[in-house]
Amino acid sequence: MSVLGWALPFLPATAGGLLALCGRRADRAAPAVAVVVACVTLALAVVAAVTRPVVRAPFLEGLPVGMAIDGLSAVMVVTVAAVSLAVVVFAAGEMTAARFFGLLLVFVGAMLVTVTATDLVLLLMAWEVMGAMSYALIGFWWRDPDRVRSAGIAFLTTRAGDLGLYVAAGAALAGGGSLALAGLADAAGPWPHVVAAGVVAAALGKSAQLPFSFWLSRAMAGPSPVSALLHSATMVAAGAYLLLRVEPLTAATGWAAWLVAWTGAVTALALGAVAVAQHDLKQLLAASTCSQLGFMVLAAGAGAVAGGAAHLVAHAAVKSLLFLCAGAWLTSLGTQSLPGLHGAARRDRLVGAAFVAGALTLAGLPPLSLWITKDAVLTVAAEESAALYVVGLAGGVTAAAYAAKTLVVVLRPVGTERPGRPVSVWEKAPLPLLASAAAGFGVVVLWWDAWGRLTGDAGTRAPGPGGLAVSGALAAVTMYAAARLAHRVRRPAVLADWLLLERGVHRLVVSPVMGSARLLARFDDTVIDGTVRATASAGRRLAGITDHRVELPLDRIVRDVGRGVRGLAALARRPQTGQVHTYYAQAAVLLFALAVVVVLAG
Amino acid sequence: MTVLSAAIFLPLLAAAVLAVTPRVADRLVSWTWVAVCAVDLVLVAVMWAGHDGGVAYETRLTWMPSVGAGYHVGVDGLSLPLLALTAVLFLVCAVFSLGRTYRVRAFAALFLFLQTVCLGVFSALDLVLFFVFFDLSIVGMYFVIAGWGHGDNVRSALKFFLYTFVGSLALLLGFIALYLGAEPHTFDMVALTRDPPLADAPGPAALALLAVGIGLAVKTPVVPVHTWLPPAHTDAPAAGSAILAGILLKMGGYGLVRVAMPMLPQAWRAHAWLIVALGLVSVLYGSLVALAQENVKRLIAYTSVAHMGYIVLALGAAGTVAGDAAARRIAVTGAVTQMVSHGLITGALFLLAGVLYDRAQVYDMARYGGLARRAPVFAGLVIVAAFASLGLPGLSGFIAEFQILTGTIGGGTLWTAVAGALAVLGILITAGLFLRMLHRTLLGGPGPLTGRVTDVRAGELTAVAPLTALSLLIGIAPRPLLDMIEPASAAVVSLVSR
Repeated sequence: MSVLGWALPFLPATAGGLLALCGRRADRAAPAVAVVVACVTLALAVVAAVTRPVVRAPFLEGLPVGMAIDGLSAVMVVTVAAVSLAVVVFAAGEMTAARFFGLLLVFVGAMLVTVTATDLVLLLMAWEVMGAMSYALIGFWWRDPDRVRSAGIAFLTTRAGDLGLYVAAGAALAGGGSLALAGLADAAGPWPHVVAAGVVAAALGKSAQLPFSFWLSRAMAGPSPVSALLHSATMVAAGAYLLLRVEPLTAATGWAAWLVAWTGAVTALALGAVAVAQHDLKQLLAASTCSQLGFMVLAAGAGAVAGGAAHLVAHAAVKSLLFLCAGAWLTSLGTQSLPGLHGAARRDRLVGAAFVAGALTLAGLPPLSLWITKDAVLTVAAEESAALYVVGLAGGVTAAAYAAKTLVVVLRPVGTERPGRPVSVWEKAPLPLLASAAAGFGVVVLWWDAWGRLTGDAGTRAPGPGGLAVSGALAAVTMYAAARLAHRVRRPAVLADWLLLERGVHRLVVSPVMGSARLLARFDDTVIDGTVRATASAGRRLAGITDHRVELPLDRIVRDVGRGVRGLAALARRPQTGQVHTYYAQAAVLLFALAVVVVLAG
Repeated sequence: MTVLSAAIFLPLLAAAVLAVTPRVADRLVSWTWVAVCAVDLVLVAVMWAGHDGGVAYETRLTWMPSVGAGYHVGVDGLSLPLLALTAVLFLVCAVFSLGRTYRVRAFAALFLFLQTVCLGVFSALDLVLFFVFFDLSIVGMYFVIAGWGHGDNVRSALKFFLYTFVGSLALLLGFIALYLGAEPHTFDMVALTRDPPLADAPGPAALALLAVGIGLAVKTPVVPVHTWLPPAHTDAPAAGSAILAGILLKMGGYGLVRVAMPMLPQAWRAHAWLIVALGLVSVLYGSLVALAQENVKRLIAYTSVAHMGYIVLALGAAGTVAGDAAARRIAVTGAVTQMVSHGLITGALFLLAGVLYDRAQVYDMARYGGLARRAPVFAGLVIVAAFASLGLPGLSGFIAEFQILTGTIGGGTLWTAVAGALAVLGILITAGLFLRMLHRTLLGGPGPLTGRVTDVRAGELTAVAPLTALSLLIGIAPRPLLDMIEPASAAVVSLVSR
C-alpha cells in the first residue's frame, strides 16, 4: 500500500521534472505525456481515496515525515487530480512547450503532497515548491518583463506568508517536540498561540485573503490553464485546506479562529466588491476567487469544516470551468476585457453554455452547488455570530452581482460575427464534465451527515430551508438588479485597483526595505569598509611618521656620528705623509713633549 | 601512512611534481590535476564508507614535543562532510579549468597545494597543525587572487591577505591561551576537548574565546569584519572564488564547532546571547546589503555573509543550555549541513558568474538581460542554484536553514525564539534579491551585452551540474548526510553543555 502513497504525488512530480529537464526536445511528446500522467494520477487518487494508504519516512532528527489520506485528504486528492486532468487536457489544445507541462505536473505533485502531509516539515516543503512552481508558471512567458515582475510579486507575497510556517515549525518543536499536524493544538505553554499565528499567516497568504489578495491579480499574467489550476483546486485552495485541517488548533486558541473567520468574511465581501468593479474578465474572476475563498476561510474559522470542504470542491469545479472558458475566448478572440467579449457566449454554443452554467453557479442561484455549499458555511457561522452571517451574506450578494455582470456581456446579441480562431476539441473536451460537476455538486446535501463524517466534521448542521431561501432569493434579486443597472453604476477607483493593496504594500514595505538596503550598502562601503581602509591608511601614515620623524632623525644622528668619525679619521691621516723628515719632526715633537711631561711629573 | 594522510598529502605531492617538471603540455597538466582530484575524492569516499562513528583514521606523530604539539589527524562526523565537500569542489574546479591556457602549471600546482591545506584544516586534531594549515590557506588564496585575478586584483589580494592574517594572529593568541590554560600544557585538540582548559577561570576563558572568536569571525566572515570578502571575490578568478566561498569560509564555522564550543564551553554559554546577536545581524545585514548590489559577484558574496550568519546563529543558540537539547542538536546539525550546502550552491553560483565574465568581462547586472534565450542551459543552472540558495525545499539550502531556524526557535527560550523569528525574514529578503538578479540577467528583454554571452560549454556544464545535482540529492534525501553529522552534533551539544 505504501507504494501507492508515494506514487500518487511523485508520479506527476517526477514526470514533470523530467519533462522540464528535457526542454524543447520533448515538446512534441509533452502534451500527450502530460495527459497520460494526469489520467494515471487521477486513477491513483481514486484508488488512494478508497484504500487510504499511510506512508512514513525518517527525515530530520526526531522529525520523520509522512503522508496519510483521511476523509478530508481523500476529497482533496480526488478534486486536485480531477481538476488537474481537466486543465491538462485543455492545455493540450493550446500549449506545446514541454517546460509548461513539466512545471504544471510538478505543481500538481506538490499540491498532492500538501494535502496529504501529516506533519509541518513535509507540508512546508510541498507548500513552498508549489509557490516556486506558480512563480515559474505565472512568469512562463519570461521575455515580457511585466509578466516576470508579476510572477515575482506573487512568489514574494506568498513567501512572506510562508515565513509563518517556519516560525510555526520552530514553535511546535519548542512546545512539544512533534511537528505532526494532528498534535499541534496539544503543544505546551504559550506555543500553540505562536503556531496558530504562523499557520494562519501562511494560509491567508496562500489563499490570497486580506491583506495579501493583490498577488492573485498579478497571477493573471500566466497562461489561462495556469489561472484555471491556480484558482481552483491548487495553490489558493491549499490555504483554505490547511485552515480546515488545523481547525482544532485555531479553535483551541480562541482568537485565531475569530481572526480567521472575520478575515474570511471581510475578504468575501470586500473582494467581491472589487470583482464587481473589474473590466477585465480574468481580473474579475481573480477577485471572485479571493471572495469565494473567503467563505472557505470563514468556514474554517467558524468550525464549519464540512461546509468549507464542500464549498472548496464546488468552487474548484466552477472556477476552473470559468477560467478555461475565459482562456478559450482569449485564444479565440484575442481579448479578455469584458467590452471585447460582447456576445462571446453566442459564438461557440458549447463554450457559451458551459460559461453560463458556471456563472449561474458562481452567482449562488438555486439549485446550483455554490448556493447550497455557501449556505452550509453561513448556517454554522450564524451560530457563531449574527454579524458574521450578515457580512457573509453580503459577500454572497456581490457574487450574484459580478456573475450577472459577466453574463450580461457575454450573452448580449451581436450584429456581425467577428472573425476568430475556432476553439479546439481538446479545449472543449473538459468543459461539459466540469460544468456538470460545478452545477450538480450540491446534491451532496442529500447525504450531509455522511459528508460530515467523511470530512471529520460529524454532526455538523445541514443548511436549513430558511437560510437557503433567503440566500437564493437574494441572489436572484441581485442578479436581476445588476443585469438592469450594471452599466449605470460608476466604479470606484479604489475597488477597480484592488483596494490599492499592492500600492500600499509597495509604499509601506517594499520601498522602505529597498531604501534601507541601499542605505546599508552605502554604510557598508563608507563606514565599515571605510574604517578598515582608514586603519590601513593610518598604518601607512604611522609608517610615514616613523619614517620622517623618527627614522630620519635617527639616521641623521648615525650619519653625523659617522661623519664626525670620518672627519677625525681624516685628521688622523694627515700626519701620515710617507716622508721621513716629517716623521722625524713628529718624533722630535713627541720626544720633546715626553720630556716636558717627565720633567713636570718629576 | 593511513588513508587520511594519503588523502591530505596526495595533492601536495602532485603539486610538487608539477612544480619541478619543466615544459609539460597544458593539456597534460590539466588532466593530471583532474585525475589527482578524482583519486582524492575516491579516498575520501572510502573513508566515508568505512567510518562507523567517533574519531577514525587517527594518526599521531611527534613533531614539536617540547611544546606538546604533534602531527595528529583524524576524522569524525563534523569533518568528513567537509572533507567530502573539499574533494568535490576541488575536483569541480579542476574540471571547470580544463580549457585554461594562462600559466596552467602554476595554477594547478597552487590549487593542489590549497587542497592539501584545506583537507588538513578539516582533519587536524592539534591546534598548531590546525593553525599552520589555516594560515597557509590564506597564503595560497593570496597568490590565486593576485596571480590569476582581474580588475583591481593585486590590491584586493593584499587586503584579503592582511585582513585575514590579522584574524589568524588573534586566533594564534587564543590557541596559546588554551595551551597555557591546559594542565599539563598541550596543543592536542582531543586532550583539550576532554578536559576544557580555563574551566575555573571565567575571565581568562572569556578572553581566550574573544581571541579565538575574532580569528574565526574574520574568516567566516561575521559582520562587521566581513569587508575583505566582496573585493576578494569580485577580483578572484572563478575557481578561486568558488574555493574561497565554498571551502575557506567554512574554516571559520568549522573552527567554532571544533575548537571554540567544546574547548571553552562555559565561556560559549555565557556569551551565547552575543553570538546569537552577531549571527542575526549577519543574516539581516548581509541579505539587505546583498539586495542593493548591482555586481553579480558582490551580490553572491554578501549572500554568503548572510548564509554564514545562519551558522553563527545556530551555534549560538546551541549554547543556551536553558533550551531543549533535541532542538539544539537540530540547530548544530543544521549549521554543519549549511556549511556543506553553501559550499555546493555558492561554488556553483561563482563558477556560473565566471562563465558570464568569461564571455563579456562584466559583472554588472544592468548590462545583461534575457540571457535565457541565448544561453538556456546556463540560465537553467543559474535558476536552480539561485533557488537552492534562497532555500527552496527539495534543494540542500532548505534542509540546512529549516533545521537552523527550527532548532533556534525550538530551543524554547524567549530570546532565541525571537532571534530565530527575526532571522526568518532573511529568507524572504534572499528570495527577493535572487529573483531580482534572475529578472535582470536571465529574463526580460536583452541588454547591451546579452549578445556576447554564449551557452555553457561541455566542461563548464560537467563542472557545475554535479554541484546542483548534489544539492538536489541532499534536498530530497538528506539522511545519508545527516546520519554522518547527527552523532557529531549530539557530541558537540553535550560538550558545550558541560
